[in-house]
Amino acid sequence: MKIVGLSGSIVGSKTRTAMNDTLESVKKHFPDTEVTLLDLAEYSLPFSDGRNYMEYEGDAAYVTRTIMEADALIIGTPVFQASIPATLKNIFDLLPVNAFRDKTVSIVVTAGSSKHYLVAEQQLKPILAYMKAQIVQTYVFIEEKDFQRKEIVNDDVRFRIDRLAEDTVMLTEAYAKIREEREAKYDF
Amino acid sequence: MEKYRIDPRKGIEFGLYSLGDHIPNPHSGERISVQQRIDEIVEGAKLAEQTGIDVYSVGESHQQYFISQAHSVILGAIAQATEKIKISSSASIISTSDPVRVYEDFATIDLLSNGRAEIVAGRASRIGLFHLLGYDVRNYEELFEEKFELLNLINDSERVTWSGQFRAPLENAEILPRPLNGSLPIWRAVGGPPASAIKAGLAGVPMTLATLGGPASSFKISVDAYRNAASQSGFDPAELPVATTSLFYVADTSQQAMKEAYPHVNIGMELINGRGYPKQHFAQGADTRDVLMVGSPQQIIEKMLYQYELFGHQRFLAQIEFGGVPFDKIRKMIETIGTEILPAIKKYTAKQ
Repeated sequence: MKIVGLSGSIVGSKTRTAMNDTLESVKKHFPDTEVTLLDLAEYSLPFSDGRNYMEYEGDAAYVTRTIMEADALIIGTPVFQASIPATLKNIFDLLPVNAFRDKTVSIVVTAGSSKHYLVAEQQLKPILAYMKAQIVQTYVFIEEKDFQRKEIVNDDVRFRIDRLAEDTVMLTEAYAKIREEREAKYDF
Repeated sequence: MEKYRIDPRKGIEFGLYSLGDHIPNPHSGERISVQQRIDEIVEGAKLAEQTGIDVYSVGESHQQYFISQAHSVILGAIAQATEKIKISSSASIISTSDPVRVYEDFATIDLLSNGRAEIVAGRASRIGLFHLLGYDVRNYEELFEEKFELLNLINDSERVTWSGQFRAPLENAEILPRPLNGSLPIWRAVGGPPASAIKAGLAGVPMTLATLGGPASSFKISVDAYRNAASQSGFDPAELPVATTSLFYVADTSQQAMKEAYPHVNIGMELINGRGYPKQHFAQGADTRDVLMVGSPQQIIEKMLYQYELFGHQRFLAQIEFGGVPFDKIRKMIETIGTEILPAIKKYTAKQ
């Protein structure tokens, strides 16, 4: 199973810290999975110009292909101006329609205020649903006060991250099994 | 219809089209050489002609997994290899070409083929060729509209005075050679939402509508929008032919057809667009109301006639070799089309 962690911002450290912990949890509890981190801060990506993702070169080709080849995607996002950052939206725009068909997608949110709790629910999930993702409904919401010098210091958050990792792997396996059974019935 | 060399009394035209894709055969994993693929496209035209298929067309594509970058050259070879089948493009990307050169090429093919050439002009569904050929994809729409207009202008008059944004002006320029009977049928290739169909209608040009998946009733919206726009613009829709294009695979039984076709369609989509064809959608494709033409001869006939009732179209184009279909299967399908499918649909649609 290929799991890709996407750290969706090019500034700050909290989302990256949370993604590091999330992917560590996946690796620790599910050592058979193949885990890749894409931190958008490390790539230089153009805005989407509408072309098919296969026609991009360089970083854009690498990032989009890595996502398209994944079985599951864990998206880490901060909250900017009461929404997801433009850098993350650009990733969705670079990908084709239905890009997340047969993929499980789960979410880790970092925010400066608890008032942003519904941002992922109301703004990120509709995009993922449109792109045909199987969404892990419960996401991990982490606030400023849960971090201390690039570390998560709240055990409750750690436990929630472990549960998210498990839910992501379990749902991916479950959907794969359901799909297999369904496709076996098609007889073609 | 006469202007477009269509005789409705003979019933709906049946054609084959190729995008010139060059994909490994998913059943064997083998990929034939580029040369063999081109030879087989020409060979397919000869077989199609022998079985009474009306049209054979090859499209222009400029990317990996394609061999038809110079589609007009392949069509020239087909002109020489055949005697009566209509020769068309599917499509010619007019946006990234000089309409004068395209017209010169196709008028020459028309002469080589004794008046059998047509152009279907498209906007390209993949945009890598804009960069390759030195165009800015931001002008995607305008490049097409301007050049398509010029192409039609050249078709309507031997001497052209014209100026535009993307090509040097023409001052009483004589565009030669002229086609055998003065003009070529020039169609607009249409896909996606009805906007492009409406543009075809407003311009009063024939429309070739890509119907690759989903219910036929969705495409009916585009056909209606096309005819309404033509009426609004002062053209008689009864004089404007409509063609549809579909993925096509015929075998003895529907089960065999689905089983053989799916890996081809899936790998083709996967390699060219980066996403396979979902099995769930393919399974739904078996329904008579879906445009996917995969099944037994009887199922195909039923679907074609269902669509004929719905669209009232003049031409149907089948893509039988997408995704590395081996030539023995192509040969067999052409035979089945000629012996079983054509007689049935002609009988039903001919207006005697």
